[in-house]
Amino acid sequence: MAETAGAPERPELFYEITDTVGEVAPRPVGGWRRYWDSATARKITLLAVLAVVWEGYGRWLDDALLFPTFSAAVGALASSIASGELPGAAAFTIQLLLKGYAAGLVLAAILTSVASVTRIGADFLETVASMFNPLPSIAMLPLALIWFGIGENAIIFVLIHAVLWAVALNAHAGCRSVSPTLRMVGLNYGLSPFGYIRRILLPGAFPSILTGLKVGWAFAWRTLIAAELVFGTTGGSGGLGWFIYNHRNQLNTANVFAGLLTVILFGLLVENLIFKSIENRTVRRWGMQA
Amino acid sequence: MTTGPLLEVDGVTLQYATQQHLTTATYRVGFQVLRSDRFVILGPSGCGKSTILKAVGGFVTPVEGRILLRGRPIDGPGPDRAFVFQEFDQLLPWKTVRENVTFALTSSGTLAGKEAVDRAMHYIGKVNLTPFADRYPHTLSGGMKQRVAIARGMAMEPDILLMDEPFAALDALTRSRMQEDLLELWEETRFTVLFVTHSIDEAVRIGNRILLLSAHPGRVKAEINSSGTDSDGRGGSISDRIHALLFGDEAEGDPSDG
Repeated sequence: MAETAGAPERPELFYEITDTVGEVAPRPVGGWRRYWDSATARKITLLAVLAVVWEGYGRWLDDALLFPTFSAAVGALASSIASGELPGAAAFTIQLLLKGYAAGLVLAAILTSVASVTRIGADFLETVASMFNPLPSIAMLPLALIWFGIGENAIIFVLIHAVLWAVALNAHAGCRSVSPTLRMVGLNYGLSPFGYIRRILLPGAFPSILTGLKVGWAFAWRTLIAAELVFGTTGGSGGLGWFIYNHRNQLNTANVFAGLLTVILFGLLVENLIFKSIENRTVRRWGMQA
Repeated sequence: MTTGPLLEVDGVTLQYATQQHLTTATYRVGFQVLRSDRFVILGPSGCGKSTILKAVGGFVTPVEGRILLRGRPIDGPGPDRAFVFQEFDQLLPWKTVRENVTFALTSSGTLAGKEAVDRAMHYIGKVNLTPFADRYPHTLSGGMKQRVAIARGMAMEPDILLMDEPFAALDALTRSRMQEDLLELWEETRFTVLFVTHSIDEAVRIGNRILLLSAHPGRVKAEINSSGTDSDGRGGSISDRIHALLFGDEAEGDPSDG
């Protein structure tokens, strides 16, 4: 082969594109394959396998005190729901959680607003939040008990601590990450400072704010269950943590599992129903989060 | 209607502070833009051309000189000077194409309600995006996003449209198509545009008047006419003239643009 020849010369080709592109039929997929392609289906299958393993181990161990079977735990869950004990405990926990969460959000909103308007406010938020954020909220409980006594207020104080820093830090970071171009766009179209915050800053920072809300919710949920375990009941009624603790004292292990399952179910429910649907309607639709 | 220039930039010096020192972006730059001009500011990077545009937009205040729009000094940003940026993220990601254009009209108080939507749709149609009016920006290509930004700017029906390298982040084929479309839009409405670019080809194609700036700091080297085609009507090439003016004797081997 000649070294300098290169590729041989070819005639130039021209095509007329006239025919429209027809529907390309999707390749047929079998029923099993289609089932396995769904993430939900795969996860449900995994859960079923775990339940079977649990049931098998429980039966093999045959010790209801140490490790009740899956069916016993589900049975305890059903009867606690039927008796109204578990729904009452869950309702108590949730109303407490909502109070603490709401108070935390209000404080976070105030703190973030001040931080985005004044430099000293930003310094304050960054310093104080980085100080308190690593501190597990449950560690504040002894102090809260001294200040507020045994009762709802102590728990709400601890919950605020759990929510406030996570939300404020994320919201603050979100506001800072809004691009200077968008800021100039807002100025260009004559937005007032308040209009700028409402129409550019808040939606622009929303992905971070939502992350903060999720993290804050998770912190608050864990903190609350732990606080209830530590300190039991507040005047007559108790929450989910109290339910778990109480049944442990009565060596009613199946009910302990029922309480734990409820905690898990609520966590999943809020994460997958509430936060997921907010995410799908906002940041996902806007392409601000993959 | 006044007969004077629409925009008058007179001996403008612009500075911005970096962490270490004060940088002078432009030094005593002056030019006049007439109604229906396609006025292009051309220069290498570091000549302060974007800073001049931001000063006209009201985002930067000159340390010396003055900028007059219809004879009145510019005092902060305003919807009478609609800005089209280079960055694709100038569109609000949480608003559809239609809402992005409508937003500009309503938040500036230009129009409200149905009138705002109608005018928005009119200009979205002008940039051929009517089928995409309900799409969110992240589902559009780069060129389409810039069209939305242009529609938004034009919908304001501003005194002057300020374009800061709006096609620089596009691929070559799309850029060429966008330049053509911009000229077509201009033929229809004869708006006034102040256009910043670092591409000689783009300047020659878009502009009817081209301001050449030197770098570090930006000073005016020349102000020349362009007929839209790369020929000065005397057998010479405009881009060769620009080359010679910008780079002088060092033109040999100097890359034309970035």
